[in-house]
Amino acid sequence: MIFLLFMLVFPIIYTVWLSFHRWFASSIKEPQFVGLFNYITALSDKRFLLGILRMLYYTGGSVIIETILGLIVALLLNKEFRGRGLIRTLILLPMVATPVAISLVWLMLYDPACGVFGWFLQQIGLPSIEWVNDPKFVIPSLILVDVWMWTPLIALIGLAGLSSLPKDPYESAKIDGANSWQVFWFITLPLLRPTLMVALLFRTIDALKWFDTIWVITKGGPGFSSETLNIYIYKTAFEYLNMGYSSALLVMFFSIILAISLMLTKARRKQW
Amino acid sequence: MSGSRNAKQIIKNIIFRILLGVVLLFYMFPLLWMVISSFKTQADNMSVPPVIIFQPTVQNYINVISDNPFLQYTFNSFYVAIFATGLALVFGLPVAYYIARFKCKKLAIAILLSRMMPGISYLVPWFILFSRLRLVGTYTGLIFTHLTVTLPLVIWIMIGFFEDIPKSYEEAAFLDGASDLTCFFRIMLPLVKPGLVSSGILTFIQSWNTFMYSVVMANHNTQTLPVAVFNFLSYGGIDWGGLTAAATLITLPVLVLALLIQRHLVSGLTFGGIKG
Repeated sequence: MIFLLFMLVFPIIYTVWLSFHRWFASSIKEPQFVGLFNYITALSDKRFLLGILRMLYYTGGSVIIETILGLIVALLLNKEFRGRGLIRTLILLPMVATPVAISLVWLMLYDPACGVFGWFLQQIGLPSIEWVNDPKFVIPSLILVDVWMWTPLIALIGLAGLSSLPKDPYESAKIDGANSWQVFWFITLPLLRPTLMVALLFRTIDALKWFDTIWVITKGGPGFSSETLNIYIYKTAFEYLNMGYSSALLVMFFSIILAISLMLTKARRKQW
Repeated sequence: MSGSRNAKQIIKNIIFRILLGVVLLFYMFPLLWMVISSFKTQADNMSVPPVIIFQPTVQNYINVISDNPFLQYTFNSFYVAIFATGLALVFGLPVAYYIARFKCKKLAIAILLSRMMPGISYLVPWFILFSRLRLVGTYTGLIFTHLTVTLPLVIWIMIGFFEDIPKSYEEAAFLDGASDLTCFFRIMLPLVKPGLVSSGILTFIQSWNTFMYSVVMANHNTQTLPVAVFNFLSYGGIDWGGLTAAATLITLPVLVLALLIQRHLVSGLTFGGIKG
């Protein structure tokens, strides 16, 4: 228990302490107290501010697409058909596969010279795009990878939710002559909302701090065009070794995650 | 009337099948492509349009294993993951039991908060501390940082399992004069065995997949498989066959383990947020 508290609490206290200091891991000098200097610097740091925007873009894009697709897949799999168990098992695989390995595969699919995706676009007569090498398309391309990895999670959570829904409202709706769209919109969706919101909350938290695939596929490039906040902090800490500044960024990063999760939790309680 | 209804049904059925097919194709394609490419020569992998029919070769696998200390990396991965899982169970089980039995909400929330913390906020302090202690690049450092992922996970999953056990079991044990420890080891642990297995496997997978901690904390002798494979990337011209062969080798154990615990996987991955 003490070990646990030490492990969880020490990093927080140390990070906050360090965030008021100026210190590079490469220097032999002791940390020097600078008050709020790191925080003030951050407010005019373009990479930090743009990093937040990119993080929100990445997270928002991923979570919205995953929720919609996940819901569709859940509804598909909720029907009885042969091979349903097999499909449910197969779509588990993307979310446990080692992210680094998966990133390599997507890097290959996106490759401008020999990638399958570029070739496919050409075949159906679309102009080939540069995927992760184009600043405009890099984040959408990364979102696609995220969607691939994590839609199954939402789908399976949704499926668990669907199978535990009460039967009564459906029967009365049938008697009232509601069509299947109305049934979905007015019965299934509201009943499923609490389950979906939990899934959404976890996906949002994870997407905000996602690192592996972005780092392996682009390292935040080309230029800084896919440098989310998490990637920027990583670079500040472990490439520039600017520990004081990165700690200040971390404190703000954690506050943002906390604020967004609280907002989502509130939204979940409302209207119920 | 019944004829057109039937036709409508058939069309619906066909659309349903097509949608299913699209979903399946989208999810399986990258994994399939990984395995297929790993059996292709570099020339086949580079060819446009992609070749479907080719002469399969295992040369990529031979190269990966013989050109690199791949077995060493595999050993590192296993070593770190086993210790990170084992220690997480040793430290995590009593805590989970405590939280479940005494309804210790505050501690539970603390653990949930730790799930929300960005990984780097652990990494920075630990990195500084460990570089002072000269533990960067050692197994100890690696295992310790992996514990920040595995320990909260074990605790959170196991709380659910402990809560499912009726209190009467313990009360009976206490009446028979069992001490706290006997009760925990002789009564509770055997009862949560299924939970133990699935949380153990899940934490093993998480530790196996962990990349960011490993990339910072490992040196070239202790690097785990994800780090090693990531480093293959920077060796100039990309050898797709070799890369996908390595990727296949890394992913394989995880996929097999995941299939063993598929029932508990979703609730584990959402950190017990959903009981599937």
